[in-house]
Amino acid sequence: MKRKLAEIAHSRAGDKGNTLVLSLFPFDKKDFDTLVDQVTAEKVKIHFSEQIKGEITRHILPELQGLLFTCENALSTGVTTSLALDSHGKSLSFALLELEVETNN
Amino acid sequence: MKEKIRIGCGAGFSGDRLEPALILTEKGNLDYLVLECLAERTIALAQKRKQQDPSQGYDVLLERRMEGLLPLLIQHKTRLITNMGAANPIAGGKKIIEIAQKKGIKIKVAVVLGDDVFSQLSGEELTMEGNLPLKSYGKLVSANAYLGADAILPALDTDAQIIITGRVADPSLFLAPMIKEFGWDINDANLLGQGTVIGHLLECAGQITGGYFADPVTKPIPNMDRLGHPFVDVFKDGKAKISKVSGTGGMVSVQTAKEQLLYEVLDPENYFTPDVVADFSKVKIKEIAKDEIEVLGGKGKPRPQTLKVSVGYQAGWMGEGEISYAGAHALERAKLAGDIIRKRISHLYHEFRVDYIGMSSLHGELLSQNSNPYEIRLRIAGKTQEKFLAQLVGEEVEALYTNGPAGGGGARKNVTELLGVVSILKDRSSIASQVELLES
Repeated sequence: MKRKLAEIAHSRAGDKGNTLVLSLFPFDKKDFDTLVDQVTAEKVKIHFSEQIKGEITRHILPELQGLLFTCENALSTGVTTSLALDSHGKSLSFALLELEVETNN
Repeated sequence: MKEKIRIGCGAGFSGDRLEPALILTEKGNLDYLVLECLAERTIALAQKRKQQDPSQGYDVLLERRMEGLLPLLIQHKTRLITNMGAANPIAGGKKIIEIAQKKGIKIKVAVVLGDDVFSQLSGEELTMEGNLPLKSYGKLVSANAYLGADAILPALDTDAQIIITGRVADPSLFLAPMIKEFGWDINDANLLGQGTVIGHLLECAGQITGGYFADPVTKPIPNMDRLGHPFVDVFKDGKAKISKVSGTGGMVSVQTAKEQLLYEVLDPENYFTPDVVADFSKVKIKEIAKDEIEVLGGKGKPRPQTLKVSVGYQAGWMGEGEISYAGAHALERAKLAGDIIRKRISHLYHEFRVDYIGMSSLHGELLSQNSNPYEIRLRIAGKTQEKFLAQLVGEEVEALYTNGPAGGGGARKNVTELLGVVSILKDRSSIASQVELLES
Protein backbone atom coordinates (compact mmCIF):
# COMPACT_ATOMS: atom_id res chain seq x y z
CA MET A 1 0.00 0.00 0.00
CA LYS A 2 1.01 3.63 -0.54
CA ARG A 3 1.98 5.49 2.61
CA LYS A 4 3.41 8.88 3.39
CA LEU A 5 6.96 8.78 4.74
CA ALA A 6 5.63 10.62 7.81
CA GLU A 7 3.97 7.37 8.93
CA ILE A 8 7.15 5.29 8.91
CA ALA A 9 10.07 7.71 9.25
CA HIS A 10 11.38 10.87 10.89
CA SER A 11 13.60 13.59 9.48
CA ARG A 12 15.54 16.71 10.47
CA ALA A 13 16.58 19.56 8.18
CA GLY A 14 19.81 21.49 8.57
CA ASP A 15 21.47 24.23 6.52
CA LYS A 16 25.00 25.26 5.57
CA GLY A 17 24.90 28.32 3.36
CA ASN A 18 22.76 27.50 0.34
CA THR A 19 23.04 23.75 0.96
CA LEU A 20 20.15 21.88 2.57
CA VAL A 21 20.78 18.71 4.58
CA LEU A 22 17.91 16.28 5.21
CA SER A 23 18.26 13.18 7.38
CA LEU A 24 15.77 10.31 7.24
CA PHE A 25 15.38 7.48 9.78
CA PRO A 26 12.74 4.73 9.94
CA PHE A 27 10.76 4.40 13.20
CA ASP A 28 11.07 0.63 12.80
CA LYS A 29 14.35 -0.72 11.44
CA LYS A 30 12.48 -3.23 9.24
CA ASP A 31 11.55 -0.23 7.06
CA PHE A 32 15.16 0.81 6.45
CA ASP A 33 15.41 -1.21 3.22
CA THR A 34 12.18 0.37 1.95
CA LEU A 35 13.76 3.79 2.43
CA VAL A 36 17.00 2.73 0.72
CA ASP A 37 15.11 1.19 -2.21
CA GLN A 38 12.50 3.88 -2.76
CA VAL A 39 13.73 7.22 -1.43
CA THR A 40 16.39 7.76 -4.03
CA ALA A 41 18.17 11.04 -4.77
CA GLU A 42 16.26 11.24 -8.07
CA LYS A 43 12.90 10.86 -6.33
CA VAL A 44 13.79 13.55 -3.77
CA LYS A 45 14.91 15.85 -6.57
CA ILE A 46 11.54 15.45 -8.33
CA HIS A 47 9.63 15.93 -5.04
CA PHE A 48 11.48 19.20 -4.39
CA SER A 49 11.59 20.41 -8.00
CA GLU A 50 10.54 23.92 -6.92
CA GLN A 51 13.15 24.20 -4.13
CA ILE A 52 16.27 22.22 -4.95
CA LYS A 53 18.08 23.60 -7.99
CA GLY A 54 21.39 21.78 -7.55
CA GLU A 55 22.72 18.28 -7.16
CA ILE A 56 21.53 15.88 -4.44
CA THR A 57 23.99 13.43 -2.89
CA ARG A 58 22.50 10.55 -0.90
CA HIS A 59 24.54 8.98 1.91
CA ILE A 60 23.46 5.53 3.11
CA LEU A 61 24.41 4.89 6.74
CA PRO A 62 23.78 1.22 7.61
CA GLU A 63 25.26 1.48 11.14
CA LEU A 64 22.91 4.34 11.98
CA GLN A 65 20.03 2.88 9.94
CA GLY A 66 19.60 6.25 8.31
CA LEU A 67 19.86 8.21 5.07
CA LEU A 68 21.27 11.68 4.54
CA PHE A 69 20.55 13.91 1.55
CA THR A 70 22.93 16.78 0.84
CA CYS A 71 21.10 19.15 -1.51
CA GLU A 72 23.00 21.96 -3.22
CA ASN A 73 21.55 25.30 -4.28
CA ALA A 74 18.37 24.59 -2.32
CA LEU A 75 17.70 27.57 -0.03
CA SER A 76 17.28 30.52 -2.40
CA THR A 77 20.81 31.83 -1.57
CA GLY A 78 20.81 30.73 2.10
CA VAL A 79 19.72 31.93 5.50
CA THR A 80 21.48 35.30 5.58
CA THR A 81 20.15 36.70 2.30
CA SER A 82 17.07 34.64 1.37
CA LEU A 83 13.70 36.36 0.94
CA ALA A 84 11.89 33.18 2.00
CA LEU A 85 9.74 33.17 5.12
CA ASP A 86 11.62 30.10 6.40
CA SER A 87 15.08 31.20 5.34
CA HIS A 88 16.82 28.29 7.15
CA GLY A 89 14.59 25.74 5.43
CA LYS A 90 13.86 24.16 8.81
CA SER A 91 10.33 23.16 7.79
CA LEU A 92 11.56 21.21 4.74
CA SER A 93 12.02 18.03 6.83
CA PHE A 94 8.25 17.72 6.97
CA ALA A 95 7.98 18.39 3.24
CA LEU A 96 10.25 15.37 2.68
CA LEU A 97 7.92 13.29 4.87
CA GLU A 98 5.04 14.08 2.47
CA LEU A 99 6.69 11.84 -0.12
CA GLU A 100 4.88 8.54 -0.68
CA VAL A 101 6.39 5.06 -0.68
CA GLU A 102 4.96 1.60 -1.34
CA THR A 103 5.02 -0.76 1.68
CA ASN A 104 3.91 -4.37 2.22
CA ASN A 105 2.06 -3.73 5.50
CA MET B 1 44.53 13.19 35.03
CA LYS B 2 40.86 12.52 35.55
CA GLU B 3 39.02 9.32 34.61
CA LYS B 4 35.71 11.04 33.89
CA ILE B 5 34.37 14.57 33.42
CA ARG B 6 30.85 15.90 33.14
CA ILE B 7 30.04 18.70 30.65
CA GLY B 8 26.63 20.34 30.33
CA CYS B 9 25.31 22.43 27.46
CA GLY B 10 23.02 25.20 28.72
CA ALA B 11 22.40 27.12 25.49
CA GLY B 12 22.37 26.05 21.85
CA PHE B 13 22.00 29.44 20.20
CA SER B 14 22.13 33.13 21.01
CA GLY B 15 18.42 33.45 21.75
CA ASP B 16 18.08 30.25 23.78
CA ARG B 17 16.16 30.06 27.09
CA LEU B 18 17.97 31.18 30.23
CA GLU B 19 16.83 28.72 32.92
CA PRO B 20 18.11 25.39 31.56
CA ALA B 21 21.70 26.51 32.23
CA LEU B 22 20.77 27.50 35.80
CA ILE B 23 19.17 24.10 36.42
CA LEU B 24 22.15 22.27 34.90
CA THR B 25 24.60 24.20 37.09
CA GLU B 26 22.55 23.85 40.26
CA LYS B 27 21.53 20.20 39.93
CA GLY B 28 23.73 18.69 37.25
CA ASN B 29 26.93 18.23 39.27
CA LEU B 30 28.90 19.59 36.30
CA ASP B 31 32.64 20.03 35.90
CA TYR B 32 32.09 22.26 32.86
CA LEU B 33 29.16 24.25 31.50
CA VAL B 34 29.21 25.23 27.83
CA LEU B 35 27.02 27.99 26.39
CA GLU B 36 27.08 27.95 22.57
CA CYS B 37 25.61 31.26 21.42
CA LEU B 38 27.08 32.07 18.01
CA ALA B 39 25.47 31.28 14.66
CA GLU B 40 27.04 32.13 11.29
CA ARG B 41 25.50 35.55 11.02
CA THR B 42 25.38 36.45 14.73
CA ILE B 43 29.01 37.57 14.70
CA ALA B 44 28.53 39.85 11.67
CA LEU B 45 25.59 41.55 13.43
CA ALA B 46 27.73 41.84 16.58
CA GLN B 47 30.53 43.41 14.52
CA LYS B 48 28.11 46.13 13.45
CA ARG B 49 27.20 46.85 17.08
CA LYS B 50 30.90 47.08 17.91
CA GLN B 51 31.46 49.59 15.09
CA GLN B 52 28.77 51.80 16.58
CA ASP B 53 30.05 51.42 20.16
CA PRO B 54 33.50 49.90 20.87
CA SER B 55 32.31 48.61 24.28
CA GLN B 56 29.64 46.46 22.58
CA GLY B 57 29.75 43.52 20.19
CA TYR B 58 29.49 40.64 22.68
CA ASP B 59 26.34 38.52 22.99
CA VAL B 60 23.24 40.63 23.69
CA LEU B 61 22.05 38.22 26.42
CA LEU B 62 25.47 37.94 28.14
CA GLU B 63 24.50 40.17 31.06
CA ARG B 64 21.19 38.44 31.68
CA ARG B 65 22.76 34.99 31.46
CA MET B 66 25.72 35.85 33.74
CA GLU B 67 23.68 37.66 36.41
CA GLY B 68 21.99 34.41 37.32
CA LEU B 69 24.81 32.02 36.54
CA LEU B 70 27.83 33.60 38.24
CA PRO B 71 26.88 32.80 41.87
CA LEU B 72 25.91 29.23 40.90
CA LEU B 73 29.16 28.63 39.02
CA ILE B 74 31.11 29.72 42.13
CA GLN B 75 28.97 27.68 44.51
CA HIS B 76 29.24 24.49 42.46
CA LYS B 77 32.86 25.00 41.31
CA THR B 78 31.82 24.69 37.66
CA ARG B 79 33.97 26.13 34.89
CA LEU B 80 32.18 27.97 32.09
CA ILE B 81 33.29 27.85 28.45
CA THR B 82 31.31 30.13 26.13
CA ASN B 83 31.58 31.87 22.77
CA MET B 84 29.43 34.76 24.01
CA GLY B 85 32.40 37.04 23.28
CA ALA B 86 31.10 37.17 19.68
CA ALA B 87 32.75 40.11 17.89
CA ASN B 88 34.27 41.56 21.09
CA PRO B 89 35.44 38.89 23.56
CA ILE B 90 37.52 41.39 25.60
CA ALA B 91 34.52 43.66 26.17
CA GLY B 92 32.45 40.57 27.05
CA GLY B 93 35.10 39.49 29.54
CA LYS B 94 35.18 42.95 31.10
CA LYS B 95 31.39 42.94 31.40
CA ILE B 96 31.55 39.63 33.32
CA ILE B 97 34.19 41.11 35.66
CA GLU B 98 31.95 44.14 36.20
CA ILE B 99 28.99 41.90 37.09
CA ALA B 100 31.20 39.89 39.50
CA GLN B 101 32.46 43.09 41.20
CA LYS B 102 28.91 44.30 41.67
CA LYS B 103 28.09 41.03 43.39
CA GLY B 104 31.31 41.03 45.44
CA ILE B 105 32.52 37.87 43.69
CA LYS B 106 36.23 37.19 43.12
CA ILE B 107 36.70 35.58 39.74
CA LYS B 108 39.13 35.26 36.83
CA VAL B 109 38.11 35.34 33.19
CA ALA B 110 40.34 34.04 30.39
CA VAL B 111 39.62 35.68 27.06
CA VAL B 112 40.54 33.80 23.87
CA LEU B 113 41.51 36.18 21.05
CA GLY B 114 42.73 35.87 17.49
CA ASP B 115 39.68 34.79 15.48
CA ASP B 116 39.17 38.29 14.07
CA VAL B 117 41.20 38.33 10.83
CA PHE B 118 39.39 41.22 9.14
CA SER B 119 42.58 43.31 8.87
CA GLN B 120 44.28 40.47 6.96
CA LEU B 121 41.74 40.43 4.11
CA SER B 122 42.79 41.63 0.66
CA GLY B 123 39.38 41.17 -0.97
CA GLU B 124 40.93 38.92 -3.64
CA GLU B 125 40.27 35.70 -1.64
CA LEU B 126 37.93 33.29 -3.44
CA THR B 127 34.79 32.17 -1.59
CA MET B 128 33.97 28.51 -0.97
CA GLU B 129 30.36 29.09 -2.08
CA GLY B 130 30.82 30.75 -5.45
CA ASN B 131 34.56 30.71 -6.17
CA LEU B 132 34.31 34.49 -6.61
CA PRO B 133 36.58 37.13 -5.07
CA LEU B 134 35.30 38.52 -1.75
CA LYS B 135 35.30 42.09 -3.03
CA SER B 136 32.65 41.20 -5.62
CA TYR B 137 30.09 40.63 -2.84
CA GLY B 138 29.93 44.24 -1.65
CA LYS B 139 31.22 46.09 1.42
CA LEU B 140 32.86 43.62 3.82
CA VAL B 141 32.04 44.07 7.53
CA SER B 142 33.64 41.14 9.39
CA ALA B 143 35.96 38.15 9.03
CA ASN B 144 36.23 35.58 11.80
CA ALA B 145 38.21 32.36 11.64
CA TYR B 146 36.86 29.22 13.27
CA LEU B 147 39.47 28.57 15.98
CA GLY B 148 39.81 25.07 17.42
CA ALA B 149 40.38 23.36 20.75
CA ASP B 150 44.09 24.29 20.54
CA ALA B 151 43.12 27.96 21.00
CA ILE B 152 41.07 27.17 24.14
CA LEU B 153 43.66 24.92 25.83
CA PRO B 154 45.98 27.75 27.00
CA ALA B 155 42.92 29.39 28.62
CA LEU B 156 42.09 26.13 30.42
CA ASP B 157 45.71 25.95 31.64
CA THR B 158 45.16 29.18 33.61
CA ASP B 159 43.18 29.16 36.87
CA ALA B 160 40.37 31.17 35.28
CA GLN B 161 36.91 29.82 36.03
CA ILE B 162 35.36 31.45 32.98
CA ILE B 163 36.66 31.09 29.44
CA ILE B 164 35.10 33.42 26.87
CA THR B 165 35.83 33.25 23.16
CA GLY B 166 34.79 34.75 19.88
CA ARG B 167 34.39 32.47 16.85
CA VAL B 168 35.38 28.90 17.75
CA ALA B 169 34.07 25.75 16.07
CA ASP B 170 31.13 24.61 18.21
CA PRO B 171 32.39 21.05 18.98
CA SER B 172 35.78 22.49 20.00
CA LEU B 173 34.14 24.16 23.01
CA PHE B 174 33.50 20.60 24.32
CA LEU B 175 36.61 18.89 22.95
CA ALA B 176 39.03 21.31 24.66
CA PRO B 177 38.17 20.26 28.25
CA MET B 178 38.39 16.57 27.23
CA ILE B 179 41.90 17.06 25.83
CA LYS B 180 42.88 19.06 28.92
CA GLU B 181 41.48 16.72 31.60
CA PHE B 182 42.42 13.40 29.99
CA GLY B 183 45.73 14.48 28.49
CA TRP B 184 44.62 13.29 25.05
CA ASP B 185 47.27 13.42 22.34
CA ILE B 186 46.14 16.09 19.87
CA ASN B 187 47.47 13.87 17.07
CA ASP B 188 45.15 10.99 18.02
CA ALA B 189 42.57 11.62 15.31
CA ASN B 190 40.24 8.82 16.44
CA LEU B 191 39.95 10.18 20.00
CA LEU B 192 39.45 13.72 18.68
CA GLY B 193 36.85 12.35 16.23
CA GLN B 194 34.93 10.71 19.08
CA GLY B 195 35.22 13.91 21.19
CA THR B 196 33.91 15.91 18.22
CA VAL B 197 30.92 13.55 17.90
CA ILE B 198 30.14 14.22 21.57
CA GLY B 199 30.49 17.98 21.12
CA HIS B 200 28.31 17.94 18.01
CA LEU B 201 25.60 15.96 19.82
CA LEU B 202 25.50 18.46 22.70
CA GLU B 203 26.10 21.81 20.99
CA CYS B 204 22.45 22.51 20.09
CA ALA B 205 21.30 21.85 23.66
CA GLY B 206 17.54 21.13 23.51
CA GLN B 207 17.84 19.58 20.05
CA ILE B 208 19.11 16.32 21.61
CA THR B 209 16.78 16.32 24.62
CA GLY B 210 13.68 15.95 22.47
CA GLY B 211 12.89 19.62 21.86
CA TYR B 212 13.36 20.16 18.14
CA PHE B 213 12.63 16.43 17.73
CA ALA B 214 9.03 16.57 18.98
CA ASP B 215 5.85 15.86 17.02
CA PRO B 216 2.77 15.23 19.18
CA VAL B 217 1.46 12.53 16.79
CA THR B 218 4.50 10.42 15.91
CA LYS B 219 7.17 11.60 18.36
CA PRO B 220 5.49 12.84 21.57
CA ILE B 221 7.83 14.33 24.20
CA PRO B 222 6.80 14.89 27.83
CA ASN B 223 6.79 18.27 29.61
CA MET B 224 8.25 20.37 26.81
CA ASP B 225 7.45 23.58 28.70
CA ARG B 226 10.22 22.55 31.14
CA LEU B 227 12.61 21.07 28.57
CA GLY B 228 15.91 20.08 30.19
CA HIS B 229 19.22 20.64 28.42
CA PRO B 230 21.81 17.84 28.12
CA PHE B 231 24.96 16.84 29.98
CA VAL B 232 27.52 14.21 29.10
CA ASP B 233 29.81 12.02 31.17
CA VAL B 234 32.95 11.56 29.09
CA PHE B 235 35.43 8.85 30.06
CA LYS B 236 39.16 8.84 29.46
CA ASP B 237 38.85 6.32 26.61
CA GLY B 238 36.30 8.54 24.84
CA LYS B 239 33.19 6.63 25.82
CA ALA B 240 30.27 8.98 26.50
CA LYS B 241 26.99 8.79 28.36
CA ILE B 242 24.50 11.55 27.56
CA SER B 243 21.59 12.39 29.83
CA LYS B 244 19.71 15.33 31.40
CA VAL B 245 18.84 16.47 34.91
CA SER B 246 16.14 14.22 36.35
CA GLY B 247 12.81 15.95 36.80
CA THR B 248 13.24 18.20 33.76
CA GLY B 249 11.07 17.76 30.69
CA GLY B 250 12.15 16.23 27.41
CA MET B 251 13.66 12.91 26.42
CA VAL B 252 17.09 11.53 25.55
CA SER B 253 16.87 8.47 23.29
CA VAL B 254 18.61 6.77 20.37
CA GLN B 255 16.19 8.55 18.04
CA THR B 256 16.72 12.05 19.45
CA ALA B 257 20.50 11.49 19.25
CA LYS B 258 20.47 10.17 15.67
CA GLU B 259 18.59 13.22 14.38
CA GLN B 260 21.08 15.50 16.09
CA LEU B 261 24.13 13.49 14.97
CA LEU B 262 23.44 14.24 11.29
CA TYR B 263 22.15 17.79 11.84
CA GLU B 264 23.91 20.24 9.47
CA VAL B 265 26.37 17.51 8.45
CA LEU B 266 27.24 17.68 4.74
CA ASP B 267 29.26 14.46 4.60
CA PRO B 268 29.00 12.06 7.56
CA GLU B 269 32.40 10.48 6.82
CA ASN B 270 34.22 13.79 6.57
CA TYR B 271 33.04 16.39 9.09
CA PHE B 272 35.63 19.17 8.98
CA THR B 273 36.52 21.04 12.15
CA PRO B 274 39.75 22.87 13.06
CA ASP B 275 40.69 19.87 15.26
CA VAL B 276 40.01 16.83 13.10
CA VAL B 277 38.15 15.52 10.06
CA ALA B 278 35.63 13.47 11.99
CA ASP B 279 33.84 10.33 10.78
CA PHE B 280 30.27 10.10 12.15
CA SER B 281 29.21 7.16 9.97
CA LYS B 282 30.20 4.33 12.36
CA VAL B 283 28.83 5.87 15.57
CA LYS B 284 26.95 3.46 17.81
CA ILE B 285 24.23 4.81 20.08
CA LYS B 286 22.67 2.58 22.75
CA GLU B 287 19.98 3.27 25.32
CA ILE B 288 21.34 2.22 28.74
CA ALA B 289 18.65 3.69 31.00
CA LYS B 290 15.62 5.96 30.75
CA ASP B 291 16.87 9.25 29.26
CA GLU B 292 20.44 7.96 29.14
CA ILE B 293 22.37 6.85 26.05
CA GLU B 294 25.89 5.57 25.45
CA VAL B 295 27.80 6.88 22.43
CA LEU B 296 30.81 5.11 20.92
CA GLY B 297 32.56 4.77 17.59
CA GLY B 298 33.38 8.30 16.45
CA LYS B 299 36.57 8.26 14.39
CA GLY B 300 38.73 10.76 12.57
CA LYS B 301 41.51 11.74 10.24
CA PRO B 302 44.16 14.42 10.91
CA ARG B 303 43.06 18.06 11.10
CA PRO B 304 43.02 20.24 7.96
CA GLN B 305 45.83 22.68 7.26
CA THR B 306 43.35 25.49 6.61
CA LEU B 307 40.76 27.16 8.83
CA LYS B 308 37.36 28.29 7.64
CA VAL B 309 36.76 32.04 7.88
CA SER B 310 33.23 33.47 7.88
CA VAL B 311 33.12 36.82 6.11
CA GLY B 312 30.19 39.16 6.60
CA TYR B 313 29.20 41.64 3.88
CA GLN B 314 26.50 44.24 3.38
CA ALA B 315 23.88 42.57 1.20
CA GLY B 316 21.42 45.45 0.92
CA TRP B 317 17.89 45.59 2.27
CA MET B 318 14.82 43.39 2.44
CA GLY B 319 11.40 45.04 2.41
CA GLU B 320 8.32 43.07 3.40
CA GLY B 321 4.59 43.73 3.43
CA GLU B 322 1.72 41.48 4.51
CA ILE B 323 -2.06 41.64 4.34
CA SER B 324 -4.84 39.06 5.00
CA TYR B 325 -7.99 37.94 3.14
CA ALA B 326 -10.77 35.66 4.48
CA GLY B 327 -13.81 33.66 3.44
CA ALA B 328 -15.19 33.25 -0.08
CA HIS B 329 -12.49 33.68 -2.76
CA ALA B 330 -9.85 34.54 -0.17
CA LEU B 331 -7.11 32.94 -2.25
CA GLU B 332 -8.36 34.52 -5.50
CA ARG B 333 -8.38 37.99 -3.92
CA ALA B 334 -4.94 37.45 -2.36
CA LYS B 335 -3.63 36.38 -5.77
CA LEU B 336 -5.19 39.43 -7.41
CA ALA B 337 -3.53 41.62 -4.78
CA GLY B 338 -0.21 39.86 -5.38
CA ASP B 339 -0.53 40.42 -9.15
CA ILE B 340 -1.30 44.11 -8.63
CA ILE B 341 1.82 44.65 -6.51
CA ARG B 342 3.94 42.57 -8.87
CA LYS B 343 2.87 44.68 -11.88
CA ARG B 344 3.46 47.94 -9.99
CA ILE B 345 6.90 47.46 -8.42
CA SER B 346 8.58 44.06 -9.00
CA HIS B 347 10.82 45.48 -11.77
CA LEU B 348 12.55 47.69 -9.17
CA TYR B 349 14.10 44.79 -7.20
CA HIS B 350 17.00 42.32 -7.64
CA GLU B 351 14.78 39.60 -6.22
CA PHE B 352 11.05 39.70 -5.65
CA ARG B 353 8.83 37.13 -3.98
CA VAL B 354 5.07 36.69 -3.55
CA ASP B 355 3.89 34.20 -0.90
CA TYR B 356 0.41 33.07 0.12
CA ILE B 357 0.68 32.32 3.82
CA GLY B 358 -1.70 29.54 4.77
CA MET B 359 -1.32 28.03 1.31
CA SER B 360 2.10 28.06 -0.31
CA SER B 361 4.46 30.41 1.56
CA LEU B 362 6.80 27.69 2.83
CA HIS B 363 7.25 25.24 -0.04
CA GLY B 364 5.74 26.76 -3.17
CA GLU B 365 2.63 25.80 -5.12
CA LEU B 366 3.46 22.22 -6.12
CA LEU B 367 3.64 20.70 -2.62
CA SER B 368 0.68 22.84 -1.46
CA GLN B 369 -1.74 22.12 -4.30
CA ASN B 370 -4.36 20.26 -2.24
CA SER B 371 -4.78 22.84 0.53
CA ASN B 372 -7.98 24.83 0.81
CA PRO B 373 -7.69 27.41 3.56
CA TYR B 374 -10.37 29.71 5.01
CA GLU B 375 -7.91 32.59 5.19
CA ILE B 376 -4.84 33.64 3.23
CA ARG B 377 -2.14 36.11 4.17
CA LEU B 378 -0.37 37.70 1.24
CA ARG B 379 3.32 38.32 1.80
CA ILE B 380 5.48 40.35 -0.56
CA ALA B 381 9.26 40.53 -0.18
CA GLY B 382 11.82 42.41 -2.26
CA LYS B 383 15.60 42.67 -2.12
CA THR B 384 17.37 45.89 -3.06
CA GLN B 385 20.48 47.98 -2.37
CA GLU B 386 18.30 51.02 -1.58
CA LYS B 387 16.59 51.43 1.78
CA PHE B 388 13.78 53.59 0.34
CA LEU B 389 12.90 50.84 -2.14
CA ALA B 390 12.78 48.32 0.72
CA GLN B 391 10.31 50.63 2.49
CA LEU B 392 8.24 50.89 -0.68
CA VAL B 393 7.31 47.17 -0.53
CA GLY B 394 5.35 47.59 2.71
CA GLU B 395 3.91 50.94 1.61
CA GLU B 396 2.52 49.39 -1.57
CA VAL B 397 0.95 46.53 0.38
CA GLU B 398 -0.59 48.96 2.88
CA ALA B 399 -2.08 50.96 0.00
CA LEU B 400 -4.18 47.89 -0.89
CA TYR B 401 -6.43 48.92 2.02
CA THR B 402 -8.31 51.44 -0.12
CA ASN B 403 -7.25 50.46 -3.63
CA GLY B 404 -8.43 46.88 -3.30
CA PRO B 405 -9.24 44.05 -3.80
CA ALA B 406 -12.03 43.77 -1.24
CA GLY B 407 -11.67 42.82 2.39
CA GLY B 408 -7.92 43.11 2.86
CA GLY B 409 -7.04 43.57 6.55
CA GLY B 410 -4.16 43.52 9.04
CA ALA B 411 -1.44 45.05 6.85
CA ARG B 412 2.07 45.05 8.34
CA LYS B 413 5.36 46.31 6.91
CA ASN B 414 8.96 45.62 7.76
CA VAL B 415 12.44 46.61 6.59
CA THR B 416 15.55 44.53 7.39
CA GLU B 417 19.18 45.29 6.67
CA LEU B 418 20.70 42.16 5.15
CA LEU B 419 24.13 40.95 6.23
CA GLY B 420 25.34 38.15 4.03
CA VAL B 421 27.92 35.59 5.10
CA VAL B 422 30.32 33.72 2.82
CA SER B 423 33.32 31.57 3.67
CA ILE B 424 36.96 31.42 2.65
CA LEU B 425 39.77 29.07 3.69
CA LYS B 426 42.93 30.48 5.23
CA ASP B 427 46.19 28.74 6.09
CA ARG B 428 46.20 28.08 9.82
CA SER B 429 49.80 29.26 10.19
CA SER B 430 48.58 32.80 9.38
CA ILE B 431 46.13 32.79 12.32
CA ALA B 432 47.52 33.09 15.84
CA SER B 433 45.36 32.93 18.95
CA GLN B 434 46.18 34.50 22.33
CA VAL B 435 44.75 34.44 25.85
CA GLU B 436 44.24 37.49 28.04
CA LEU B 437 43.48 37.08 31.73
CA LEU B 438 41.08 39.43 33.55
CA GLU B 439 40.41 39.47 37.30
CA SER B 440 37.76 40.99 39.55
